[in-house]
Amino acid sequence: MDIHEYQAKEILARFGVPVPRGGLAYSPEQAGYRARELGGSAWVVKAQIHSGGRGAAGGVKLCRSEDEVQSFASTLFGKQLVTKQTDANGKGVYRLWVEGASDIAKEMYLGFVLDRKSERIMIVASAHGGMEIEDLAESDPDSLQRMTLDPAVGLSEFQARELAFKLGLKGGQIAQMVTILKACYRAYRDLDAVMVEINPLVITGNGDLVALDAKMSFDTNALFRRPQIAELRDRSQEDPRESAAGDYGLAYVGLDGDIGCIINGAGLAMATMDMIKLAGGEPANFLDIGGGASPERVVRAFRTVLADRNVSVILVNIFAGINRCDWVAEGVVQAYREVGMTIPVVVRLAGTNVEEGKKILATSGLPLITADTLAEAAEKAVATRMKSAA
Amino acid sequence: MAILITEKTRVIVQGMSGRIGQFHAQDMIKHGTNVVGGVTPGKGGETLLGRPLFNTVREAVEATGAEASLVFVPPPFAADAIMEAADAGIKTAVCVTDGIPSQDMMLVKRFLKRYPSERKMRLIGPNCAGIISPGKGFMGIMPPHIYMPGRIGIVGRSGTLGYEAASQMKALGIGISTSVGIGGDPINGSSFRDILELFENDPETDAVMMIGEIGGPQEAEAALYARNFMKKPVVAYIAGLSAPKGRKMGHAGAIISAFGESAQEKVEILSAAGITIAPNPSSMGETMAAVLASRRAAA
Repeated sequence: MDIHEYQAKEILARFGVPVPRGGLAYSPEQAGYRARELGGSAWVVKAQIHSGGRGAAGGVKLCRSEDEVQSFASTLFGKQLVTKQTDANGKGVYRLWVEGASDIAKEMYLGFVLDRKSERIMIVASAHGGMEIEDLAESDPDSLQRMTLDPAVGLSEFQARELAFKLGLKGGQIAQMVTILKACYRAYRDLDAVMVEINPLVITGNGDLVALDAKMSFDTNALFRRPQIAELRDRSQEDPRESAAGDYGLAYVGLDGDIGCIINGAGLAMATMDMIKLAGGEPANFLDIGGGASPERVVRAFRTVLADRNVSVILVNIFAGINRCDWVAEGVVQAYREVGMTIPVVVRLAGTNVEEGKKILATSGLPLITADTLAEAAEKAVATRMKSAA
Repeated sequence: MAILITEKTRVIVQGMSGRIGQFHAQDMIKHGTNVVGGVTPGKGGETLLGRPLFNTVREAVEATGAEASLVFVPPPFAADAIMEAADAGIKTAVCVTDGIPSQDMMLVKRFLKRYPSERKMRLIGPNCAGIISPGKGFMGIMPPHIYMPGRIGIVGRSGTLGYEAASQMKALGIGISTSVGIGGDPINGSSFRDILELFENDPETDAVMMIGEIGGPQEAEAALYARNFMKKPVVAYIAGLSAPKGRKMGHAGAIISAFGESAQEKVEILSAAGITIAPNPSSMGETMAAVLASRRAAA
């Protein structure tokens, strides 16, 4: 789960990371007021959306007067900001962060991630920051310092010092960097984060270290024990179809194609999408109905898929282990009747109670297209789509 | 012999008195698995499905000589249950639970390292369908009737895709020695490489079907192992050719976040290591059949 920059800064500041002073605004007037409150003569106004690349997309601006703050803010509010990392719809801007402009002498990169190879928390740092880590890894891979942390011990002071020296820091900056590293580590560990990123971590004209931007992402599996983090969820930044599906226990990811997919199991869902692609079609979505799906959950899956206007055919592919084909079949029949289906549906059932399931489909009298294998199901879905498009 | 589980393996179920635990324990017993007891704290001394319940894994091991444990414990308590099994001397634990926090798994992996190799527990999963040696026994949630006994090993992240592979092979008359689901989480107990090593050393396995997916470095690691240390042929399918970058596809671990983690890149790495690729999920069975036929022809 992602949170906003200002929320990440507040959290990290609580753990001891120095951040610039700033204030949150929900309107252009409030943004102007925040600037006045902060004082000084230059402010940075930053759109708060769950995406990187905001600067290049016009979501961040250095302003030199309260009027400028307010007028820039009024161009941002309510806008869908499209960045390199968002889809074509972008993300809605409903909150702005206004902070006093910093005097930047140097930009560095600092990230804490879950390293799947070592199965530990890894620090990634570079003396060159400001750009995306992927670009940095490509343009200047030798500048990246990596360090994995033993979960039983945590981050040792010597490791933190070693990293600070490797980044070329000097004098009092060493102690500052050690404080920042330990603070980020504790925030990561204590709050069940999966990512903490400070980019850039800057050295100011006075030689002090400050986190100019911050990003945190959290382990959704651990939210049950982090209610204060769960509260930070911002649904305005999510695909409404995905959040709605999630509320019903369905894993759904919207895609660009027109073949709607209803599958059980993440692996089989991905494989079915691959099969559709190989048969010459494009999947409209990833959808895993999970284990032990009731007819009601199957109906909900149909509603979720049909909410996408691009969908021209639905492919149901179930290999039942803890699921039951007869339940799924009942769900298909029920969905067909309840939602007033106007597009073709291809169904492939296999596994537990498959004969009962097939019987329910066959005796339903509905114009369902059935298939026995994965390949046949994908081919029929693609062929049906082409027919209806012609 | 198969790997990890045979008809002799003494199995306990942690969380057996729960609704799901009980349902699957019953299915396991019905299909011949040697289930010797269950563990539910507070229910020690009771009997369920004709098997004794214990308060702790240690008591269960002392009373029954259990060597393997199936963990059906909810996510907040699952990591603790796995560590309890390791400490009690269980040899193989299979954890089906989906939704364990990743930092809990980091601690589990660190904890398992405390024990000397001769009493180190092997963990399969979490977030997996389990393991089955057809006709002998199983620990998990798979439908056992779709597997035909035979001499091919299956190792995969996804449960349902493993079923798909087993049924495609069954349709071609190819049976399974053992099928192992290693689970869809970013941090798991056993990797593809770990299981390939077990199959390579199993005299009752002739070849391995490996089913990977997007995300993580484990398929590449397995490719290296297969190239350098395996004599038995490996066929692989990687799911997620059409998955967009940076989006989590159902499994917590199924997300492309680094170089080498996309399906295309993994396919290239595996082919370069001499592994035969099943080009699509519908051809897993026939690709294995072709590899076996060419082996026979060469022999």
